[in-house]
Formats: sequence, C-alpha cells, structure tokens
Amino acid sequence: MTGRGPVGTGGQAEVSGDSVCGAIEVSRLTKVFAGRTAVSDISFSVAGGEVFGFLGPNGAGKTTTVRILATLISPTAGSATVAGIPIGPDGAAEIRRRIAVMPESPGLYQRLTVTENLEYFARLYGLPRRQDRMAEALAAVGLADRAHDLTGRLSKGLRQRVALARSLLNEPAVMFLDEPTSGLDPVAAHEVHGLIAGLRDRGVTVFLTTHRLAEAERLCDRVAIMNTTLRTIGRPEDLRQQLFAASLDVTVAAALPEPGRVFGTLPAVLGWKPAGPPGGGLAGYALTVSDAGRAAPAVTRALVAAGADVLSIAQSRHTLEDVYLELVGDVREQAR
Amino acid sequence: MSASTARVGAVIRKELAEFRRNRLIIGTAAVLPVIFLVIPTVSILTVKTSALSAGLAKGIDRSLFLPLIVPVLVPSMMSAYSVVGEREQGTLEPVLTTPVSRAELLIGKAAAIFIPAAALGYLIFGVFVAITQFAAAPAVAAAVRHAPQLPATLIFIPLLAAWAIWVGLAISARVTDTRVAQQLSTLGSLPAAALAALMSFQVIGPTFGLAAALAGGLLAVDCAACLAVARLFDRERLITGATRKGN
Repeated sequence: MTGRGPVGTGGQAEVSGDSVCGAIEVSRLTKVFAGRTAVSDISFSVAGGEVFGFLGPNGAGKTTTVRILATLISPTAGSATVAGIPIGPDGAAEIRRRIAVMPESPGLYQRLTVTENLEYFARLYGLPRRQDRMAEALAAVGLADRAHDLTGRLSKGLRQRVALARSLLNEPAVMFLDEPTSGLDPVAAHEVHGLIAGLRDRGVTVFLTTHRLAEAERLCDRVAIMNTTLRTIGRPEDLRQQLFAASLDVTVAAALPEPGRVFGTLPAVLGWKPAGPPGGGLAGYALTVSDAGRAAPAVTRALVAAGADVLSIAQSRHTLEDVYLELVGDVREQAR
Repeated sequence: MSASTARVGAVIRKELAEFRRNRLIIGTAAVLPVIFLVIPTVSILTVKTSALSAGLAKGIDRSLFLPLIVPVLVPSMMSAYSVVGEREQGTLEPVLTTPVSRAELLIGKAAAIFIPAAALGYLIFGVFVAITQFAAAPAVAAAVRHAPQLPATLIFIPLLAAWAIWVGLAISARVTDTRVAQQLSTLGSLPAAALAALMSFQVIGPTFGLAAALAGGLLAVDCAACLAVARLFDRERLITGATRKGN
C-alpha cells in the first residue's frame, strides 16, 4: 500500500454522506444493546433509485442498522427517515408498507408452495390484484414455472429468488438486501446480481449489505464502510482515489544501479521504493506520483536514458477490497 | 388493538395450511384425542349397571374429565411452538417487516389453533356421549345424559382451549428454545387442567350458577391474557432477544 489519502479514520465530522432526494436519511444513529454499542453515531443519506452498499466486518452493526431502518428495532439515539417517513412508532406501519426487507436467510415456509408463500405476504400487505402481482414478481425472478413447488424442495439459489420475488410484491420504494448472495454458488450469485441490477432499472432504492466487495464494487453507486462507526462513504472510484495516492508500477529487466538518480528529479514523481521482485532477474519499483498521465512518459524517457530495459510501466489499480482492508484493518490493528 | 380481518385471515390460512402439511403435528394432535376418547368410552361401557350410584358416578366423572384434557393439552403444545418455532426457522423476521400488527398476528395465530382444538374437543366429547347413548346400558346412558358436568363441559371446552393458547403464546413470545417453550407451556396449562378436574370430579359442584361464574371468570382471564400477550409480543425482543429497556 502506498500513502494514505485524505479519508478520515472514522470521526463522524470527517465522513459525509451527502446526497440529494434522500430515500434514506440517517442522522447520528446509535444503538446500544445492554452496554454493548452496536452502532455509534452514524449519519448518511441514500438517494432515491441509488444502489447503496453497506460494508463492514462481522459485528460491525450492518444488520442492526438495517433493522432500525426497517422499524424492527428502535435506536438508542439519533433519527432517520425512510421513504420520507421518520422512523418511530407513528410511522412504522407506513414505512413497512413502502419497504421490503430480504434477510440473509430467505425465511420461507418450507411446507408451503412458492405461491402460498407469496400469497401470505401479499395478503399481509393488503395488496389489490394479488394474483397479478404474484405472477409479475415470479416472472421478474424467472420462477413462473416453479410457482407450485414446495419451497423446501428448492435449491438455496431458487429459495433466494423466491425471497426476492416476495420482496417485490409490494413494489417497494426502498429495498433492504442483507447478504443476498451469502452461501450461493457463483452462478446463482451472478443471477442475483442480475436481479439487483434489474431493481435499479425499476427505480427501486437498494440498500445492500454484503461481505462480497467485488459484488459491491460491481453493483453499487456508492458504498459506506462501517465498523460500529461509519468509516467512509462515497463512490468506489472516489474512495480509491481518496485513500490511495496515485502510483506507477515499473518493471525493468535488471535492477537500476542508482534508482534515486533516475526517479528523484522527475516531474510529478513524489517518491519511489523498490517493489517486490517480479522474479526471473527482473526488478520492480513503485512510484508515488501526483499525476500518472504526466509522470509515465517522463519515467519512460528517464529509464531509457539510463539504459534500462523497460518491460512495463503501469498505473496501480486499487480495488474496493484494498480500501476496505485499509480502513477495517486499521481498526483491528488499533484494537490489538 | 385494532385489527384488519383480512390480515388476521391471512395468518389463519397460513397457519392451517402449515398444520395440514405437517404430519408430525397432525399425528401428535390426533393421538391424544383418540386415547382420551377410547379410555372413557371403554370405561363407561364396562360399568355394570349393578354398580349404580357411587361406582357409576365415579365412572362418569372420570369419563367426562378426559375429553376436557384435549382442549388443554393439544393447543398448549401447538401455541408453544407458534412464535419461537417461526423465529428458529427464520420466518418471523420477514413477517415482522410487513404492515401486520402484533394484534393481527397473535389473533391469527391463536384462532388458527383455537379452531381445530375446540372442534376436536367437541368432536371427542360428542362421540363419547353418542356412543354412551347408543351402546351403554340404559341406566348408564341416562346417568351420562343427566350428569351435571355435561353443560359445564360444553362451555369449558373453548374457554380452556383459549387459556392454554394464550399461555402457550405468551411463553413462545418470550423464550428462545422450542423445547423450553413446550415444557413451560405444558406447566402453564396445568391450572386449567386442574380446574377441569375439580369440576369433573365434582370437588367443585358444577351447579349452573357456579359453572357460569367460573366460565365468566375464565373468559375475563382469557381476554386479559390476550392483552398481556400482545404487550409481551415485542418486535425488538423477538428479533434480537433484547428488551428496549436499558438500550
């Protein structure tokens, strides 16, 4: 990892969740269970129609936050609005009409058929045109031909799809998906990704909690990383840029005799260090740069002038996983 | 507690559909009533007419007591599973995220148990009385027909069932283990079974007035239990196992 950018280390003043047209607005939300703080002073907004990723290690408070927003549990302090309605006893029933929650476990009645499961929830929501809604929901998840199967006989992936169909019944404005691909094989997970992308196309606001960082990077417009407190929030690309300084990875055929003289005076190059040897007699260097576009040509010219055989010069790519590990890893280090 | 009949109906339909598909529940719910029908029937049919008065009266007391156990024990076991069972299966949380109120959910669950339990109680009792009228000696049949417990039993079957259901639901909403819920629920239904025994064995003389007073008292207790269970049914506790207090 190269140098740290300007992202804070979790202080709430440093983390901004600004967004427009908030489908979810959270302000200084805190939840304490019998002396143990599960969620501490988090604030953020989620825009209407946004796919918002909520990331964090086990016990970070992700599910607790979802449960608070879904009106299942009450916050110890702070406030929130969901679909424009403040959470609390007065608005709880109305919020529940406008949202859907898909917990990690599909929570289906295994002795009932797919249709019976959906019909139960359609009746609980008091939906008109129940049969049409159920048919539409099943078609949306590709399960129209399994409507009369017992859910207990379906594979885990298919059950997850039934749970998603159930969540679509009331045409929610906000959908909370808690680890929707947990335990699924790659093909089933890929199908669920397609369904979530379909939700975005329908204009549904999706609040996605997941451990799968590649999933969040692929699906989410913005992500928040939390570990009891909110660590950071933003678009995955922005987080990478904020957290990691731009850098170039240089590979040459042999170690430079005086790398300091080659890299030290180049414009836009802020620093350098030897990188792990690529092997086969090759040598690698990691350059911290202020502007990769300006630095790369200058580095190339300097290496050629120094007589080096340049094999590659590439801009370093940091994944969301790097961002996550940088932030969450820090907390674990401090905890030791 | 305002409730939507449509949502209560949805809960009842779902619960009954689950009972129908669960052979274990049907099996256990059927075995007890059969035992409690066979034993008193055999007992009353074998009473000798020569053993009239004290012997016959005891036989009738015993025979009329056992059918009253059915509406106590069967709903007790079913209601004990009702909430904690859903929690263990992971089906409770999705339900609690819908607009269904706790009153609707509880009334639906209670009604879904009450309907078959009361029906079963009346069925057992009806079959027993019918058999005695057609197959027992005329003196025995007449004694059963005129037993003072007979009308009290008719009133007490639904009231005892309701008691067992609310006790079972209250326990089911508070504990986290199905086995514990069923054991506690059985214990909780003992007062109802004791009341039935006292009536059947005429320790409490089942005069019309006393039966009506006890029935009224039990009805009041059932209503209070319904309200108390609704208070115990807290979404947060059910989901996290923690109370709001101290949070």
